[in-house]
Amino acid sequence: MAQITLIEAVTQALAWEMAHDPAVVVLGEDVGVNGGVFRATQGLQQKFGPERVIDTPLDETTIAGLTVGLAAQGMKPVAEAQFEGFIYPMMEHIACHAARMRTRTRGRLHVPAVYRAPWGGGIRAPEHHSEANEHLFTNIPGLRVVMPSSPARAYGLLLAAIRDPDPVMFFEPKRIYRQYKEEVPDDGEALPLDVCFVLRDGQDVTLVTWGAQVKETLEAADALAKEGIRAEVIDLATVKPLDFDTIAESVAKTHRCVIVHEAPATAGFGAEIAARLAEHSLYDLHAPVERVTGYDTHIPLFRLEMKYLPGAQRIVEAVRRTLAAG
Amino acid sequence: MSTCASFQIEHLQYLDAEGRLRAGAPPLAKDFARLVDLYRQMLFVRVFDAKAVALQRTGKLGTYASCLGHEAVHVGVGSAMRAEDCFAPSYREYGAQFCRGVQAREVLLYWGGDERGNDYSGPRHDFAWCVPIATQCLHAAGAALAYKLRKEPRVAVCCVGDGGSSKADFYGAINVTGAMTLPLVAVIINNQWAISVPRKAQTGAQTLAQKGIAAGLPCVQVDGNDLIAVRAAMDTSLERARKGGGGTVIEAVTYRLSDHTTADDARRYREDAEVKAAWAREPMKRLRAYLEAHKAWDEKQEEAWKAECAARVDTEVNAYLESKSQPVTAMFDYTYAELPVDLARQREAAIAREQGH
Repeated sequence: MAQITLIEAVTQALAWEMAHDPAVVVLGEDVGVNGGVFRATQGLQQKFGPERVIDTPLDETTIAGLTVGLAAQGMKPVAEAQFEGFIYPMMEHIACHAARMRTRTRGRLHVPAVYRAPWGGGIRAPEHHSEANEHLFTNIPGLRVVMPSSPARAYGLLLAAIRDPDPVMFFEPKRIYRQYKEEVPDDGEALPLDVCFVLRDGQDVTLVTWGAQVKETLEAADALAKEGIRAEVIDLATVKPLDFDTIAESVAKTHRCVIVHEAPATAGFGAEIAARLAEHSLYDLHAPVERVTGYDTHIPLFRLEMKYLPGAQRIVEAVRRTLAAG
Repeated sequence: MSTCASFQIEHLQYLDAEGRLRAGAPPLAKDFARLVDLYRQMLFVRVFDAKAVALQRTGKLGTYASCLGHEAVHVGVGSAMRAEDCFAPSYREYGAQFCRGVQAREVLLYWGGDERGNDYSGPRHDFAWCVPIATQCLHAAGAALAYKLRKEPRVAVCCVGDGGSSKADFYGAINVTGAMTLPLVAVIINNQWAISVPRKAQTGAQTLAQKGIAAGLPCVQVDGNDLIAVRAAMDTSLERARKGGGGTVIEAVTYRLSDHTTADDARRYREDAEVKAAWAREPMKRLRAYLEAHKAWDEKQEEAWKAECAARVDTEVNAYLESKSQPVTAMFDYTYAELPVDLARQREAAIAREQGH
């Protein structure tokens, strides 16, 4: 069994599903001959042909709208936004149509589509190539929002996303596309789309995160372990619908919670988790919930971006504050 | 210097405003049985439309977008399509939709605030009414791509207004149709007004049809008040698309004789004289005159069919008025195929509230 990276797991999942379901097509800018600018669709056009791996005209609105039409007429399109920062022209089709078609037509039509996008910062990219804006989608009814943080989760969650009868936003943390390899059986086994993953058990504090910050959070947990602090680490992975029960169970045990995400703090998805903890878990908490997030600024160009992104050090500091608080 | 591209746009009109047939008309012009059938459909739409406006004025319907004056283009588009083709309307093409099997009560349900209006009896694959302007054009292009990929001889048809033809979605749809040779017929219904903004404020282009030139598509302008011209353009375009020849842009020139919707007052922005002049070109009168001149229709038939339309519309109105609201659970039950846990809890809370707990 081959060891593969996160982005190779994306390719492997696409290839599996295309081989097993003729309704699956891939479309986007440069996804064909070029295999995508990150190579997520590498080799797929050679394998499945230009009719199923479609280089579209350079227009995100077109990609998003075509995807709605394809999906409503029996196809299972997997559309690629080349970068998360280019997804804004797609939002009308995603919010007003993909997410709304089932309810608008009382189930007569639905949109089983996946919108993939390389997501987040940390790769020294130009302006508009580093956005983290998953919270703009988690507020839209009818959507699922998924973000893998390992090769195995990328494979299993993407298969599930393609098979799901509703539209799924699939955000791929590009900073960890090639960070490490692991064995991922190419067996077509999907992962559930409504449970988060407890990556590390701990008694003292619950760290909730997703995307590329999973790596930073695990590093922080390692550093804390050297001080005897046992952190539980939860990868949200399926951001929406939120599996709050897993978080609540963990907090009932640890009594402390630090939420980590790249997106800006205000109305970021961490705010939803903090609100739920206030609603449902207040009496379990021994300390205020901490959020370690991007600042409420635009992510700066890359000379400063690492000062914007949360990281292990900021997470460790937040945990120490939390432990000192109660 | 040399010319590297040039173009011309044809204008089709077979039946002029007085109902005189011009040379070169297609065989439909002599198929009086078929023409009478289409005229009857146009009259049904007009009777329905007047009733819907009246329902709104008496508080029995929400905001409603009238189709007064669009009967020829709507019936022309809808009657030319096959059941297996796919229609992507904006929000006032009832005439096209009635041809395809959508029921008048469904139009009323939608504008009466009930999503079940979009659960058409008509072709189950047709797109729903589409309020975000021109977005339906890309859905139609996506449908056309699906049919092309599956090698099905089906065509997608979208309608968009003169204002809608300014939107990126329209340009994107015709552009990709040209690039991929998709079976899409894009019908620009140029009714001269996008709420209060006139056609001339939308673009400096001489015609809206010529937008298709930039996409590499055949394009034509038709008199949208002339049913025969609309049908001729639709028949040609549908046949070409079905045979793999790709898409077409049709500009149908007509006039919105009504307000934009019942929430609008067109007197604020256009002159009575312009509307009066437009009434002289409207689509029903000329077709009726033509049919009567050829003894295919008369006053007695007109009155009898109007009475029949009124009775049918009353039946539809009653069905709408007698329909009960959906239960509160309906707002949850179609959000996802399977209700997520969070939403299931909110649904239970909503049910409890309904029961007074």
